[in-house]
Amino acid sequence: MNIHEYQAKEIFREAGIPIPPGEVARSAEEAEAIARKFGGTVVIKAQVHTGGRGKAGGVKLAKNPEEARDIAQKILALVIKDLPVTKVLVTPAADIATEAYVGIIVDRASKRAVFMVSPAGGIDIEEVAAKTPEKIMRHAVDPRYGLQAFEAMEMGFFLYDDVKQARAAARIMQQLYRAFTNSGASLAEINPLVTTPAGDVVALDAKMVVDDNELDRLPHVESLRDESSEAASEVEARKANLTFIKLDGNVGCVVNGAGLAMATMDLVKYYGGEPANFLDIGGSSNPEKVVSALRIITSDPGVKAILFNIFGGITRTDDVANGIVTATRANPLQVPMVIRLTGTNEEAALKILKDNGFSAMTDMDQAVQKAVSLATGKAA
Amino acid sequence: MSIFIDTDTRLLVQGITGRDGSFHARQMVEYGTQVVAGVTPGKGGQKFDDKVPIFNTVSTAVNETGANTTVIYVPPMFAADAMMEAADAGVKLIVCITEGVPVLDMTRVYPYVKEKGSRLLGPNCPGLISPGKSKVGIIPGRICTPGRFGLVSRSGTLTYEVVFQMTRAEMGQTTCVGIGGDPINGTNFIDCLAAFEADGDTEAIVMIGEIGGTDEQDAARFVREKMTKPVVGFIAGQTAPPGRRMGHAGAIISGSAGTAAEKMQAFEENGVGVAKRPIDVVQLLRSLN
Repeated sequence: MNIHEYQAKEIFREAGIPIPPGEVARSAEEAEAIARKFGGTVVIKAQVHTGGRGKAGGVKLAKNPEEARDIAQKILALVIKDLPVTKVLVTPAADIATEAYVGIIVDRASKRAVFMVSPAGGIDIEEVAAKTPEKIMRHAVDPRYGLQAFEAMEMGFFLYDDVKQARAAARIMQQLYRAFTNSGASLAEINPLVTTPAGDVVALDAKMVVDDNELDRLPHVESLRDESSEAASEVEARKANLTFIKLDGNVGCVVNGAGLAMATMDLVKYYGGEPANFLDIGGSSNPEKVVSALRIITSDPGVKAILFNIFGGITRTDDVANGIVTATRANPLQVPMVIRLTGTNEEAALKILKDNGFSAMTDMDQAVQKAVSLATGKAA
Repeated sequence: MSIFIDTDTRLLVQGITGRDGSFHARQMVEYGTQVVAGVTPGKGGQKFDDKVPIFNTVSTAVNETGANTTVIYVPPMFAADAMMEAADAGVKLIVCITEGVPVLDMTRVYPYVKEKGSRLLGPNCPGLISPGKSKVGIIPGRICTPGRFGLVSRSGTLTYEVVFQMTRAEMGQTTCVGIGGDPINGTNFIDCLAAFEADGDTEAIVMIGEIGGTDEQDAARFVREKMTKPVVGFIAGQTAPPGRRMGHAGAIISGSAGTAAEKMQAFEENGVGVAKRPIDVVQLLRSLN
């Protein structure tokens, strides 16, 4: 789960990391009032769950409250990578002497939380890693002991020659590690970590991604979820316990299992169609899930054909068949549907479908080809 | 022969009285797996289906029954503890089916299990099956048949699809292993490839990967450098958008890293046959002779 910059800053601030003040505005007028309160030049930053806000015009300086209102109005009207901006963060502009990068990710290769720090901050860290890898220091944290002070100091000295600044950075890293573990994060990032002309070390930006698997035991983190910043279909899918990702294709896919769902999408493409979505109904075969899945997929006007691909292992294919019958009885389909199912209780499933006027296939490639030809109007 | 499990496997089921645990314990017994014990705290002394003794802790279960393998069906928030308890009790093979284990838990579990000298498979995996000998986990027994091919996969149902097509083409299996879809798992492709290389009965191996991470790329290099047996592979997620988790916690393209194209290229460069569609696996295996 992604959280907004202002939410991550709140978490970092609670952990003790020095962060300049800032307030969230949902309207131009609120932004103006906040700018007036702070006085002087402010930065107005779009709060959306995507990178590249700056390039999209979502981060701007305003010299006075009136300008803050105008700029906030423009930013609040933006749609950045399909995400409408509904909130902006207003924060006093800081004087910057240097910019560094500090981040923690869960690293698959070392199987640990790994720090990445670089004196080349303020830009995309992937780019730094690709072009000037010598400017990045990595440190894998031993989960048994956490981040030790001397380890943090080594990274602090990698960023700053000045011992005071190195110490300040080291303290921030220990605080960041605590915030990272306490929030069940898979990523926590300060980019940039700046020094001011007075020599203070301050976090100007904050980013955090939380491991979805932690949310059940961290209700205070779950409460940070902002549904207004997610696609409505994805919110509905999550509530129905489906994994759903919307794409821009013409074949709507309903599949059990993540790997098979991806392979089905790939096959749709292979045969000349475009998958409209990723949708995994999961292992348990509750007919209700099938009903929700069909509702979500048919609400996408881009879908020209629907493809079911079910390999029954734990999933009982007769349950899926019952779900299809129930769902289509309540809401008759406007687009053609191809059903492929095989595995557990296949005979029962095929009978249920046949009795209700549906036909089903058992071969995956044939089913995908048929769905693609129905969606594109071309012969298979 | 086979890898990791065979007729000597003495299985313990952690969470044997739960909904999933009880269902699959019965399936495993039916398949012929020696299910020797179950663990559910508070139900020690009872019997599962009037046959399998239930214990309160893993260590008593191991001491009383000589279990050498365990399969875990406990809820995600308790899975880390269950894996560590099994490792502490000296269980040599720990198979964790549970999906949804927090990744920070796994950063602690992984080194713990390693230090105790156990092998962990999973979490978030379908387990494994050595057809005709033993099955541990949830892979449907009837889609497999004994034979000369090894299979290792990050997926569940996609594995079933491929195994089923192999079985229909009369290409039986020594062992099918699901290593799971999480970013941190106990056993990776290379561990399985090395075991298949050492297994006298396995003649060729099928590797089914997906987007995210570099496990497949590392495995491809291992094939070229360390293996004599042929390997063919399929990668799921060629149409997956970057930055989105495709169901599995580990199936995500980060920035531009971990794409299907990159993995398929690594396969090609290292002599691993690339299947464009799942069904092509069968053709590739056939062309090996």
